[in-house]
Amino acid sequence: MIHVIAGITTPFRYQFFNNGIIVATIAGALCGLLGVFVVLRGMSYIGHGLSHAVFGGAAASAVMNINYFVGAGVWGVASGVIIGRIARRRLIGADAAIGVVTTASFALGLALLNRYGQAKKSIEAVLFGSVLGVKTIDIVAVSAVAILSVVIIVALYRAFLFATFDPEVAQVSGVRVAWIEALLMGLLSLTILVTMRVIGTLLISALLVIPASIARMLTNSFARMLWISPIIGGVSAFVGMYLSYFLDTSASATIILSGTLMFIVVYAVTGIRGRTRISGLHHI
Amino acid sequence: MIGEVLVECAHMTCAYNSTVAIKNIDLTIRKGDFVGIVGPSGSGKTTLLKAILGSITPVEGHITKKPHLRMGYVPQVESVDWNFPVTVLEVVVMTRSSTGRLPRVTKDERADALLVLERLGLGGLENRHIRELSGGQQQRVFVARALFHRPEFLVLDEPTSGVDVRTRHEVLHLLADLHDEGVSIILSTHDLNGLAAHLPRLVCLNSEIIADGSPVDVLTPEILEQTFGAPMEVLVHGGMPVVVDGVGADIAERMSRLA
Ligand SMILES: Nc1ncnc2c1ncn2[C@@H]1O[C@H](COP(=O)(O)OP(=O)(O)OP(=O)(O)O)[C@@H](O)[C@H]1O
Ligand SMILES: [Mg+2]
Repeated sequence: MIHVIAGITTPFRYQFFNNGIIVATIAGALCGLLGVFVVLRGMSYIGHGLSHAVFGGAAASAVMNINYFVGAGVWGVASGVIIGRIARRRLIGADAAIGVVTTASFALGLALLNRYGQAKKSIEAVLFGSVLGVKTIDIVAVSAVAILSVVIIVALYRAFLFATFDPEVAQVSGVRVAWIEALLMGLLSLTILVTMRVIGTLLISALLVIPASIARMLTNSFARMLWISPIIGGVSAFVGMYLSYFLDTSASATIILSGTLMFIVVYAVTGIRGRTRISGLHHI
Repeated sequence: MIGEVLVECAHMTCAYNSTVAIKNIDLTIRKGDFVGIVGPSGSGKTTLLKAILGSITPVEGHITKKPHLRMGYVPQVESVDWNFPVTVLEVVVMTRSSTGRLPRVTKDERADALLVLERLGLGGLENRHIRELSGGQQQRVFVARALFHRPEFLVLDEPTSGVDVRTRHEVLHLLADLHDEGVSIILSTHDLNGLAAHLPRLVCLNSEIIADGSPVDVLTPEILEQTFGAPMEVLVHGGMPVVVDGVGADIAERMSRLA
């Protein structure tokens, strides 16, 4: 018995693991929260695009020896606002334009790392995330962004709800929709920035989509989605991170897989009801 | 008595990218007006209402509105995302986004909202998801949202599409009551006899304004043919024009062969 308990708690003896699981759990909850907007507005391609754009900024700042948060932060928030602008115009080809710009940023980052970086190791870490490099600054950063997001979303709750549900009418009812959208894109970019080191570029968009979709199957209320989705995101990150220690698998992959498992269970349990609820979500 | 001007369109043209939806619109809406817009599908009714609302800007000409005009908008049901996770109450209080910021619906707001819902025959449905309602109820939720804003000018896009005769009468009575209380109204409709013919003023639209006047003046075979591009006859019943489909003959002949 004592062995079992000792075994269960082994990973927590390592400082890097503790740091990693704290960041991952908060990151999961944060992605769950913002994922609600991503999923309801059918803009999962934006999460995907943003993470690829931030990757370019991360690589550039690594090569130029600039602090990651400063370099990738400026790059990420700027591209977030630009992407938001392009998407808002709803022009034909907006997703294509976003795809081209962000993939180019990604390719540039990759080339920079190839040419000047310390080889494969760092590329892998940025693509798939790494718990090893997690420092106290990451905990502070992800907590700060999480608190900021909660405060903003609670304070502007109705404007966010209205602008998400019915932007046209919201605009003429006095909601500053462009502002709300820029704010949302800014928060999304910050979120990707502070979670990317643990989750990695490639799997972040999944973490933005899975918890919110599960929450949508479980409830018909926007307000409830806003707390169910972060809980699911946090739990799947915690569980995935923990299991990855024993399975010796990539943390981010295990996190996404535990989220996916929850999705399948909820999909099966909620049956027809859950299915009709998510059927209306736009191309997730 | 002529009321003050609420909205005035002058030579207004609106387009989506490069396709022109409505052109050369000259239209004045005054306080106290109750206007219906009729026209075939794709004739630009929704576009005109959105231009009036201010969510579309004209590419040519202009539109002026009374400063600080408080408008309520009821969208065409087809344009609503019925899958969005909101309850009836959440939709109704949504328009008060600038005053009520926090997630919680205050007691006063709740009481206000419940009164409006009660008035629209939606009492007791406040916690339902918007999808779990009948077509007529869904329509009225958005009327409730518009009314909650206490508008002086109400803009409704096809408020009676897909509802039964009784609900249509209820909606008409409600609109007439609101009009009596001083709310100016513009609406679009496909229902010439059930709705349009009862209104004091009709605008026939087919990209351009074909006619603008009282139903008796506007509902004539010539104007209708020009608007809808299909022959129609007009009878008079109890002093009111009744539009009947003029195509009858060949379709009737084909159908009679099936009988
Ligand atoms: N978002 C859009 N992008 C491009 N074209 C559009 C858009 N919305 C409408 N149109 C076009 O503008 C024209 C007018 O459309 P509108 O929706 O105003 O017609 P409507 O009279 O309201 O039709 P309905 O009776 O079917 O609701 C149509 O030719 C339509 O194809
Ligand atoms: Mg329309």
